[in-house]
Amino acid sequence: MNRRALIVIAVLLAAACVLPFLVSNYRTFQFTLVLVYAIALLGLNILTGYNGQISLGHGAFYAIGAYTAAILMDKFGVPYWATVPVAGAVCLLVGFLFGLPALRLEGLYLALATFALGVSMPQLLKYHHLEKWTGGVQGIVIAKPDPPFGLPLNPDQWLYYFTLAVMLVMFFLAWNLLRGRIGRAMMAIRDQHIAAEAMGVNTAMVKSLTFGVSALYTGVAGALGAIAVQFVAPDSFNIFLSIVFLVGIVIGGLASIPGAIFGAIFIQFVPNIADELSKAAPWAIFGVFLIGFVYLLPYGVAGAIRMLLARLARKGQNNRSPAG
Amino acid sequence: MKHILVPIAALLAAALASPAALAQKKYDPGATDKEIKIGNINPYSGPASAYGTIGKAIGAYFKKVNDEGGINGRKINYISVDDGYSPPKTVEMARKLVEQDEVLLLFQPLGTPPNSAIHKYMNAKKVPQLFVATGATKWNDPKGHPWTMGWQPNYQTEGTIYAKHILKNKPNAKIAVLYQNDDYGKDYLKGFKDGLGAKASMIVKEVSYEVADPTVDSQIVQLQASGADTFFNITIPKFAAQAIRKSYDIGWKPVHYLNNVSASVGAVLTPAGLDKSVGLISTQYLKDPTDAAWASDPAVLEWTAFMAKYYPEGDKIDAANFYAWAVAKTMEQVLKQAGNNLTRENVMKQAASLKDFVLAASLPGIKINTSPTDFAPFESVQLIKFDGKQWVRFGEVMGK
Repeated sequence: MNRRALIVIAVLLAAACVLPFLVSNYRTFQFTLVLVYAIALLGLNILTGYNGQISLGHGAFYAIGAYTAAILMDKFGVPYWATVPVAGAVCLLVGFLFGLPALRLEGLYLALATFALGVSMPQLLKYHHLEKWTGGVQGIVIAKPDPPFGLPLNPDQWLYYFTLAVMLVMFFLAWNLLRGRIGRAMMAIRDQHIAAEAMGVNTAMVKSLTFGVSALYTGVAGALGAIAVQFVAPDSFNIFLSIVFLVGIVIGGLASIPGAIFGAIFIQFVPNIADELSKAAPWAIFGVFLIGFVYLLPYGVAGAIRMLLARLARKGQNNRSPAG
Repeated sequence: MKHILVPIAALLAAALASPAALAQKKYDPGATDKEIKIGNINPYSGPASAYGTIGKAIGAYFKKVNDEGGINGRKINYISVDDGYSPPKTVEMARKLVEQDEVLLLFQPLGTPPNSAIHKYMNAKKVPQLFVATGATKWNDPKGHPWTMGWQPNYQTEGTIYAKHILKNKPNAKIAVLYQNDDYGKDYLKGFKDGLGAKASMIVKEVSYEVADPTVDSQIVQLQASGADTFFNITIPKFAAQAIRKSYDIGWKPVHYLNNVSASVGAVLTPAGLDKSVGLISTQYLKDPTDAAWASDPAVLEWTAFMAKYYPEGDKIDAANFYAWAVAKTMEQVLKQAGNNLTRENVMKQAASLKDFVLAASLPGIKINTSPTDFAPFESVQLIKFDGKQWVRFGEVMGK
């Protein structure tokens, strides 16, 4: 990472820190959701963007994370911050176990297996033997956390900073993971899995682990989302959520860490804009946006920015060369 | 001189009176001299988008109110947003309406899960969550949630009424129950069992279905096999029509109680077959505009004219549009009563002091009553029986 990138990150971080003091609580809440979705999208991007496996069921892991947090808070009185790592651990395990058999499936077949998981999740959450934990269709209402240590923040602002802190940790860990040996193994499998295997990469293991790590990220996001929204119910986690995640990573930019943030902004705000433009056909408007983005920015927002920067850098070089 | 004094005196009087008049006007966010902002959340997209028409019909009604001068001289500014029937989205939208648009109140958010998601928030913010579009029993909780109120008769009340009717008319009945496996179905079933009380063992068979199931044919066959002679049918319109048709086709002829949710001639009995629907027993609290019995009723005529002028694209067979019209009129009444004191507290106070309020849309003898300890506007229903052409009311109005 060069100095310029560090400066950009520092500026963006400073902007993110002052944001809650500039906008209303409602907007702060929306930006908290953007951060939550960014973590979820990063999780899916690790799987799809870096490892080349398509999942149509990540909404299910988001749901498991959300329910883990809600049940721990509601039934066991666990403090909200402690539920986040637990939700991550549960999803890591579930993701890894689901990954083991499912990863024998390639491409579209894996997509279908994960689709099955995503589509069945709302009904599993309604299952009547689990009702005393999950609250059945009624869901679980959870209390909003207050800022600790007498900080002069309101609950919305505090939750924003808490989520931001978790997000930074998660992004740093992902960056660390992806640029290292394991990250290279993931990408090698994506690009040419036979070659990767020939080089001694344990493809089955790496794929299962990737699935687990990806689920962990999404589960952490689910827990944070549940705390922010203060409510979980099976209807919150239908198959559409999984599809929206996939839309988010493609729009944001596949195999890009900052892409997760752009994707999160898209899935948070574009449906609202679409709804304001038309009550009769909000999804048709959303579709127009989607086609527009895919057509104009074929490598996602992150890809477009990368190309723009590359072009600027080239121009800079061209300008400099006559003088030098 | 005299001629000059009169206007001066009048002016003086007006000047003296106006501070008093101003003092009477009290506003919370969302209300001014000119307008009243009302927020609404409806599923215009997503799995329950068929109900989106309610939000549109309410909007059409408020447009009519505005065209006729508004309420106490104030126009209604109706802001309706889409939550796609997804609870997290409902929370976001409720916060947008309350914190950003600063509405005076939320009116008719639709569905039990979406309303559950904002229940706590609305009560913490002390913003009225009025006349929610769900029949769950929990909205009548003036102590715990003094800012939330339901509207339609709740499912438990209705279930209890069927149970009482069975106990009275067929004390040795063998009862079969079909219910939707969610809070709506279970709420009905609970009321029904509470009504049977110690005789709950009269239920010989209980079968459920999922809302995603394609048909309930196999459930009906199972219920027939149980040997039951009485059938309580807790299903939404699509499945109700299937159940009526299937039980007729396989020759099962129990005394058939059908929940009010599906008591529409146009949407349920016609597709099921009017001849196959003879003898069905249900309850109603609103008139059914698709029922020939009400074809020349003034309320139905008024509604038809309203639909033609303000919501021509709306479906006149869909009872939801009639419901929307009726519930919007209730809202209008509450705001009329609130007068110039448009604080959120006074809105709740007025909503909780509807005394024998009669909606033209409701059946004769059925009135809306609320009090500070009773947040259930409709609590009585009328038993009805289908004669092959229309619903025929029988017995007296039951409930409170």
